Amino acid sequence: MSSKPVASARALATRENVLKAANLCKEVSSPEGKLTIVRDVSIEIGAGESVAIVGPSGAGKSTLLALLAGLDTPTSGGVWLAGEDLTRLDEDGRARLRAQRVGFVFQAFHLIPALTALENVILPLELAGRSDARRAALEALERVGLAARTGHYPRQLSGGEQQRVALARAFVTRPAVLFADEPTGNLDTVTGGQVAELLFGLNEQSRTTLVLVTHERSLAARCGRILHMDAGRVMT
Amino acid sequence: MRALALALRGFAREWRSGALGVLLLALTTAVAALTGVGFLVERVASAVAEQATQVLAADLRLRSTEPIGPADFQEAARRGVRSARTVSMLSVVFLGDRSELSDLEAVSAGYPLRGTLKVAREPFAVGSPASGIPGRGEAWPSSKLLATLGGALGSTLSIGAANFRVTRVLISRPDQGGDFTELAPSIVLNADDLPATGLILPGSRVTYAALFAADRARIEDFRQWLAAHRRPGEGLRDIAEASPQIENAVDRAGRFLELASLASVLLCSIAVAMSARQYVRQHLDSVALMKTLGATRALTLSVSLIELLLVAVAAALAGSAIGFAAEQWLLHVLRGLINAELPPADLAPLGMGFLAALAVLAGFALPPLLQLSRVPPLRVLRRDVGPPPLLVLLAFGPAAAAVIALLYWAVRDLGLVRDALLGLSGFTLVLVAAGLALVLAAGRLRGRVGVAWRYGIANLSRRRADSLVQIVAFGTGLMALLLLGLVRGDLESDWRRTLPADAPNYFFINIPPADRDAFVEFLEARGAKLSRMLPMLRGRLTEINGLPVERRAFRRGEGPGFADREQNLTWTATLGASNRVVAGRWWTAQDEGKPLVSLATEFQRSLGLRIGDRLTFDVGGEPFTVTVANLREVKWDSFQPNFFIVFAPGVLDAAAGTYLTSAYFHPAQGAALAELARRFPSVSIFDVDDLLEQVRSLIDKAILAVQSVFAFTLFAGLTVLLAAVQASRDERRYESAMLRTLGASAGTVLQGVLAEFATVGLLAGLLAAGGASLAGAFVAARILQVPYALDPTVFLVGLAGGAVLVGASGWLATRAAVAQPPLATLRAG
Repeated sequence: MSSKPVASARALATRENVLKAANLCKEVSSPEGKLTIVRDVSIEIGAGESVAIVGPSGAGKSTLLALLAGLDTPTSGGVWLAGEDLTRLDEDGRARLRAQRVGFVFQAFHLIPALTALENVILPLELAGRSDARRAALEALERVGLAARTGHYPRQLSGGEQQRVALARAFVTRPAVLFADEPTGNLDTVTGGQVAELLFGLNEQSRTTLVLVTHERSLAARCGRILHMDAGRVMT
Repeated sequence: MRALALALRGFAREWRSGALGVLLLALTTAVAALTGVGFLVERVASAVAEQATQVLAADLRLRSTEPIGPADFQEAARRGVRSARTVSMLSVVFLGDRSELSDLEAVSAGYPLRGTLKVAREPFAVGSPASGIPGRGEAWPSSKLLATLGGALGSTLSIGAANFRVTRVLISRPDQGGDFTELAPSIVLNADDLPATGLILPGSRVTYAALFAADRARIEDFRQWLAAHRRPGEGLRDIAEASPQIENAVDRAGRFLELASLASVLLCSIAVAMSARQYVRQHLDSVALMKTLGATRALTLSVSLIELLLVAVAAALAGSAIGFAAEQWLLHVLRGLINAELPPADLAPLGMGFLAALAVLAGFALPPLLQLSRVPPLRVLRRDVGPPPLLVLLAFGPAAAAVIALLYWAVRDLGLVRDALLGLSGFTLVLVAAGLALVLAAGRLRGRVGVAWRYGIANLSRRRADSLVQIVAFGTGLMALLLLGLVRGDLESDWRRTLPADAPNYFFINIPPADRDAFVEFLEARGAKLSRMLPMLRGRLTEINGLPVERRAFRRGEGPGFADREQNLTWTATLGASNRVVAGRWWTAQDEGKPLVSLATEFQRSLGLRIGDRLTFDVGGEPFTVTVANLREVKWDSFQPNFFIVFAPGVLDAAAGTYLTSAYFHPAQGAALAELARRFPSVSIFDVDDLLEQVRSLIDKAILAVQSVFAFTLFAGLTVLLAAVQASRDERRYESAMLRTLGASAGTVLQGVLAEFATVGLLAGLLAAGGASLAGAFVAARILQVPYALDPTVFLVGLAGGAVLVGASGWLATRAAVAQPPLATLRAG
């Protein structure tokens, strides 16, 4: 729980820490000049831990999440995911690692509109090369209570149902780390509560490391640790 | 394997959801245009070639002054090529004590191999096709010959040592020729009767001909064999040397069809490019998501490529099927008009269709697809993140290569492809510049108009790149359509003008100067419509720039033929209506008596002559040396009297000559012609009704082909509209939902959409009309050689068509989105 610079990032890479960031910086150029979105962030997250990243809009939460998940590359510093140095991997290498070790849940659900609920859940299994994709996907949908809606397209599902499909998709590959970006942000309080319940339940069952970006205090409070972000820095 | 499975599933899903609809439609139209139109051009060309062969009465004609040996006929029979023989000579025909010099044609069974021999029961009557050739002992004299001799059906004619009974009157034979070198009236006999006449003696001037016909592949092989085994003195003629009247019309029809297929290719390419853009947009999110979930770039690229390949296969199948249907339909339509021996349909178009689909996709869809695979996974969190921009070379290189390849495939003429590309690039630049100007102006205008227009016009400047793409796409599409519409009109009206119902159907040659006025009076009194009367002399070209022609080396094959044959010469002060001076200048009153000559370009090119060259002609033993003063392009399909060689007035006037003219005679005036034949016995009468009919039917076919291809191009234009409108539909749906949520009525939103599309349509239409007018002038003058008048209505059509078509399709495409409750749209996101 510290943003303290570390002397040797490599030295911190122990098997318990499934996710680590050391001296992470992200700068982008804008019409007003260089903009630093993430400033010198170092964190360690152990296996099975649940961590909430909270902070005001524009604090850099989603960018940090993108850097930790290997969706974006840092300007400087390093990220280790499941023991792999993300900065040493190219985009395809990071994609392969995500296929094996990472799950995602997004605010906007991000289901593929042309795929049915079942097909959306099958997709990451297929990408990971799993042979029992269909059976595993059906099971996952059953766990989120959507066994009866496997053939429905996203547009035929309510927001809460869509996010449950996204949860099934996220957990079906049994990822080491699950990244969730405002998972209840698009849902009303009741539905959001149900989805949060499901998210934490599944997380506990599968002992997945959870990294959650949220505005909601109640959701953050359910995590084991809370990182506060402001102006690109993680505050203690 | 994984990529294949994913692609197959993706394709199946998108097929079901209709997401591939426009891309597939555009590509199918492109394939159908390339295979179907290509086929159409080929079939029309072969139908036309078939028609042209009738002028030779065969596909190939071998001519010699010596009898043609059996080897050629045996070889023809071995190859399945049909054959017939003719022997022609000049001979005097007697009926009692009357006699007349005639062109005797002895023909063998099977003659004519192409075209028909038309006969009647009295002179100058309407002919009907003969069944076979004259029997032994029978003769079929031409109307003129029989009328001059005062004979009738059943009369006995003596030719040489044999007697013949007149059983039919010859009205026309297909190979009677359009160059009037055989001035004597014809008579047709059975070749087996020729020995009995005893006319063929050593030294007789006899022309032997072997006629051959078969399907195109066989005749081409046989032509090569004949050319290799030809003996000295044997001349080979094929359809390429057929009548210039027919060649002219055919050439222009072919050119138009080429233009039309070129326009279709262009339109379809635009449609494919637009729908590929849309495909990429629709897939940005899913590809980013797939990458987030662990898909590599290679995998996403493979999936898209395989999907695209599947689209190509589907389009090739559908497009070729449409092409095949067009083929069958065309065969059905043309069946009554031609008796062409067409090769059976095969699977080749399918392969070609697939290649065409691949080429269009590779040029227009591959670059955006490569870009699609480069979309970063970060897009799942930040929607503003897109793929990095393509390198200019990669973005436009394949498209340019595909356009060049497809254009060349469609027209097979490098010069035309080059001109089209230059024109197109220039026009695109103008469109881009004008589009930019509009987008900038729109930004300033928005404060001065009502809310609906403000919203519409604001859209134009906000979606700057999209607006530009739309203006270029609509502008190019409309331009291609307007251009085709313009030149089609010009071509058709020129054809109809060239051959009005009263186009001259008779040529009169050998009118003695003394009878000239009486002749004109006679014809006019009987209501005939005369064209101009020209003097005619026979002469031989002996020297070019002081060098005897026999010592001159000719580069072009037909040079020697043109040089050593006797030429028809004329002189006139005025340039004929169907002539156009293309080099040098026509003479004025001051040039009278100067030794100047005007040449038709066919003659000039064959002999490799230039302005200023000195030519010496032997006219009745007297040499005349003249300088080439100008070159003329002659519209031979006008059926007006025209000459390769025209002298300035006052040079040849003293030489003895006769006159020539053409006139239209109503078919029912056969009796008047018979009277004319008796009154002016020296005048040769040529009935060109058949030739005229041939050209007319050919032009009808060409017009039919031109219209069907034009209809096809219109359809291709519609797919462009569809593709362009489809491309921005999702965005518009979202925007209109937003506006409606903010309180705008459905009417206001629709007005805004209408305003935006109508403005794009107006600008594209205006520029398209300008572009089409310019291109039309070029095409009419350089390619089709038809008169061109700037038609201001094209601007009206362009502006109205652009605004209405583009506006209406934009409205149709967004109407459903606006009608939908805004919440549903916003929820779907």
